[in-house]
Amino acid sequence: MSEPSILRFTWQYSRKAQLFILIVVLASMPTYFLSLDLPKQIVNGPILGQGFEQPGAVQKLLALSFSFGGETYVLFEGFDLERMPMLFALSGLFLALIIVNGLFKFYINTYKGRLGERMLRRIRYDLIDKLLRFPSRQFKKVKSSEVASMVKDEVEPIGGFMGDAFVQPLFLGGQAITAMVFIMVQNVWLGLIAISMIAVQFVLIPRLRRHLIRLNKQRQIAARKLAGRVGEIVEGINHVHVNDTSHYERADVSSRLAEIFYIRYELFQRKFFTKFLNNLLAQFTPFLFYVIGGYFALQGKIDVGQLVAVIAAYKDLPSPIKELIDWDQQRLDVQVKFAQVVEQFDIEDMLENEQQKLPGGPVPPLPFPVEVNNLTVADDAGNVLANRVRFNVVDGDRVALVGASNSGADVVAETMVRLHVPEAGQVCYGGKDMFELNESQLGRRIGYASAEMFLPQGTMRDSLLYALKHQPVGDRPYEGPDALARQRFIAEARLTDNTDLDFNADWLNFAHDVDPSERSYAVHRLLVSVLEACTLKEDVFNMGLRGKVDPETNPGFVERVLAAREKLRAHMSDLDLEKLIELFDPDKYANEATVGENLLFGTPVGETFQPLNMVSNDYLRETLRKAGLEDLLVEKGMEMAETTLGLFQDLPPDHELFNQLTFMDGDRLPRYQGLLRKVKQSGLTSLDADERYAMVELMFDYIEPQHRMGLVDDELRERMLKARKLFKQDLPDDLKDSVSFYDPDQYNAAASVQDNLLMGRVSYGIARAEQRVSDAVSSLLAEMGLMDEVLGIGLEFDVGSGGRRLSSAQRQKVGLGRALIKQPDLLVLNRPVSALDGRQQAAVVENVMKFIEAQEKAPAVVWVLSNPALSSYFDTVCVFDGGHLVEHGPRHDLEKGNGAFAQLLAS
Amino acid sequence: MLLKDEVELLGKVSLFAGLQPSQLKLLAFTSKRLAFEAGDMLFEQSDPGDSAYVVLSGTAEVVVKNGGDDVVVATLEKNAIIGEIAILCDVPRTAGVRAATRLETLCIEKEHMLKLIHEFPSMATALMQVLAERLASTTAALTSCRSELAELRGS
Repeated sequence: MSEPSILRFTWQYSRKAQLFILIVVLASMPTYFLSLDLPKQIVNGPILGQGFEQPGAVQKLLALSFSFGGETYVLFEGFDLERMPMLFALSGLFLALIIVNGLFKFYINTYKGRLGERMLRRIRYDLIDKLLRFPSRQFKKVKSSEVASMVKDEVEPIGGFMGDAFVQPLFLGGQAITAMVFIMVQNVWLGLIAISMIAVQFVLIPRLRRHLIRLNKQRQIAARKLAGRVGEIVEGINHVHVNDTSHYERADVSSRLAEIFYIRYELFQRKFFTKFLNNLLAQFTPFLFYVIGGYFALQGKIDVGQLVAVIAAYKDLPSPIKELIDWDQQRLDVQVKFAQVVEQFDIEDMLENEQQKLPGGPVPPLPFPVEVNNLTVADDAGNVLANRVRFNVVDGDRVALVGASNSGADVVAETMVRLHVPEAGQVCYGGKDMFELNESQLGRRIGYASAEMFLPQGTMRDSLLYALKHQPVGDRPYEGPDALARQRFIAEARLTDNTDLDFNADWLNFAHDVDPSERSYAVHRLLVSVLEACTLKEDVFNMGLRGKVDPETNPGFVERVLAAREKLRAHMSDLDLEKLIELFDPDKYANEATVGENLLFGTPVGETFQPLNMVSNDYLRETLRKAGLEDLLVEKGMEMAETTLGLFQDLPPDHELFNQLTFMDGDRLPRYQGLLRKVKQSGLTSLDADERYAMVELMFDYIEPQHRMGLVDDELRERMLKARKLFKQDLPDDLKDSVSFYDPDQYNAAASVQDNLLMGRVSYGIARAEQRVSDAVSSLLAEMGLMDEVLGIGLEFDVGSGGRRLSSAQRQKVGLGRALIKQPDLLVLNRPVSALDGRQQAAVVENVMKFIEAQEKAPAVVWVLSNPALSSYFDTVCVFDGGHLVEHGPRHDLEKGNGAFAQLLAS
Repeated sequence: MLLKDEVELLGKVSLFAGLQPSQLKLLAFTSKRLAFEAGDMLFEQSDPGDSAYVVLSGTAEVVVKNGGDDVVVATLEKNAIIGEIAILCDVPRTAGVRAATRLETLCIEKEHMLKLIHEFPSMATALMQVLAERLASTTAALTSCRSELAELRGS
């Protein structure tokens, strides 16, 4: 295959625009030359007085005439103007020409920029389009960050070049040829000298640049690999830490940077040498003119006037030539990048466009039976993973694939959804090979989940609904400026062959028709039933409880939470919660909260009163002094420091047990040791304010039931309450937004839903207290009809980059949820919740089966199980071992028999 | 009950009898106070074990499942240690334990215990002695059981 050419590509997709801009450039030429010529006229004419020698003499302005065949045709007589008016008229004309020139330049540059950006958009989109059609094996080789660097950075300079791709060489070439012709006309020999020197430049320079191209290619690949490695380090950062390989990674990066450095250094050397040579050659020609031309002139073979004219004309020659060579250099540079990237994305066996074509109408149901015919799958190294596997799945069948992790069951499940290309045999749906099916049928009518789960950043809701986003449902209505923006988007997208599907439209495709007025309700109901099926409901509910609600946007919800709070407070004893929750009361010290929290008695907003910062606040210090608390807290803090240091003195400061300490890091230990020593030697008064507050800081984290040092007594409680009142009462205006106070009658917007509901703390040290409180809270919320809204808040939980704010079990459940939410005709579940323990897995299987039965039409299920005991939920069992299907048939028969399945169950 | 009282109490538990006072303090500090109401289960039979409990006050019952019924096989009072095997090795709970009255305990997590042992090898020696003594008495009991069994079979 010939190398993809950037010029051919540019011409193919921007022919019309290139021709148009060329015409505009040509059209701009006359004014340009006029504006160069005009200053001379101004100086010679009105200023120096040529043609105005006689007082009262007039000259013509704007007289247009041309001579043809010895006759002069006058197009325009022109205006008669005297010297002074002529000066103003010509100067005004000059100004006008400058403006017109500027406007031309402005238009041409914008047009070229837009042209380049369109081409860049086309290339980038095309790369992503190809990426979306790569065969799955390709992804075992590519690194995500390398691909990202190609799409984002490497094609960037190409756009800039494309605008100039044709205009520049034609324009510069034209200039150069004009100058050449002029020289030739003056003197053929001198012209030939100039031509031969230029020929040398054109032959020699590209040769030197060949090395530059090679180096550029190397540099690009090295830089891309560096990007790939950086991506790997980020993704595998935990492994770096747990294996202490940070130095290995540093060394790797260092050696790569060295490689890039050497390449770049050589590149510079060669580049500047080429430049040097180029300049030398350009300057060599005038040298020849002076020597040879001068010689001939002295000999009298050419006249001096000609020589001067040639040298003057030659002044105009090097700069277009140099720019032409620069253009060529840029072309080579961009060509390398372009070819590099395009080759990387030119993969065999890409999915045909046809396979991803948007279906015009509803997607037909998946045809049954599913036939797995003599399926053999091998890995890249040729190891056979599944060997001549053969079984059928009829509509509505529930099939358990039982086997260990290398038994072949996983691979068969993966192949059923086209993640592998079989070595031999096939998977057929309704008699058709799966590779003949359109991706829309496969992707919408089969639900697939596996243990591997990647989540892009987004909310819980987005993560689950992702599986329904096949194509926009209807057109989103736009009005006014939005409609214009949308039209512009469509027009622009079509110019660059981008898709014009509306990303902001409603993309949710339900398996069954839903009345448009009931869509949002249907989505919620479906989400809740899916959450229940994959045992995520409680997780999401807890996320909702931890979420925050803005009372202004959701006043109804807030009101009902307050009602629920009141109800909870009224029924504490009936609900058996008295010992489990300590309610916040402005007039009582909260034993279960930290000392600092007791003072603030609110939720910090922003940084000022965060636990780590609050002791440095001057207003807070002042309040403590007023309440007579400062000395008391310093003393208690010292006692705390002493006890803690006594406990931990034998441990190194980085010992893991320090993680148990909520109030002191291991590395702060020496500071407190020093402070205690200072007090012992020179007394308490020797501590300065910040040192005293270091003690207060310790005490601020203290919770009596948790730390059990006996430091909270009645005296402290009493003074704390006084300080709490003072703090709130005298809070200066500029701090009013830094804390949201607890108020038993108000909703606290800065606190979570749960904190608002309890307005108190769950007691420490009572078995299963959290669970029991959470159960009581759930049933209370259910009673108040708030469950759905709390779930709704939970669904807005941000799952974090790569879903890292979820546990691996939760991520897997989301994956399972995606498979279910499609309400497909076939579910292929490939150890979908392997991160759960046995009991939880059983609960998931049971819930999913319930979900399936509640469907209008129950889908067929193929479930790869790790635990054979769970197969009791299935009709048919396939037992895999060592890549072979060793036994399959109705579960009841296999259970009674004496084969592999019966043995697995017995073991 | 304050930290220092807990330290004193831990010293009376036979398993920890050989530990230095400073080690006992750390053990108490890293442990968690946990209270149970009468009838609450501390853990069920065959649950995975991850912590041991020292009874600070109240009574606990050891319950074994026999068919469908729960049979109380032992009761435990103040200073007793419950489920200590679980913090030394991975075995499921051999019996369930239930609070008979309101029960105050100190819960020692396996993870913390192992870290302490790692830091203070002398602690391991002390624990090993206690365990070895227990093993000796268990072995002796087993031997006498076996000989009794053999006599019974022989007769």
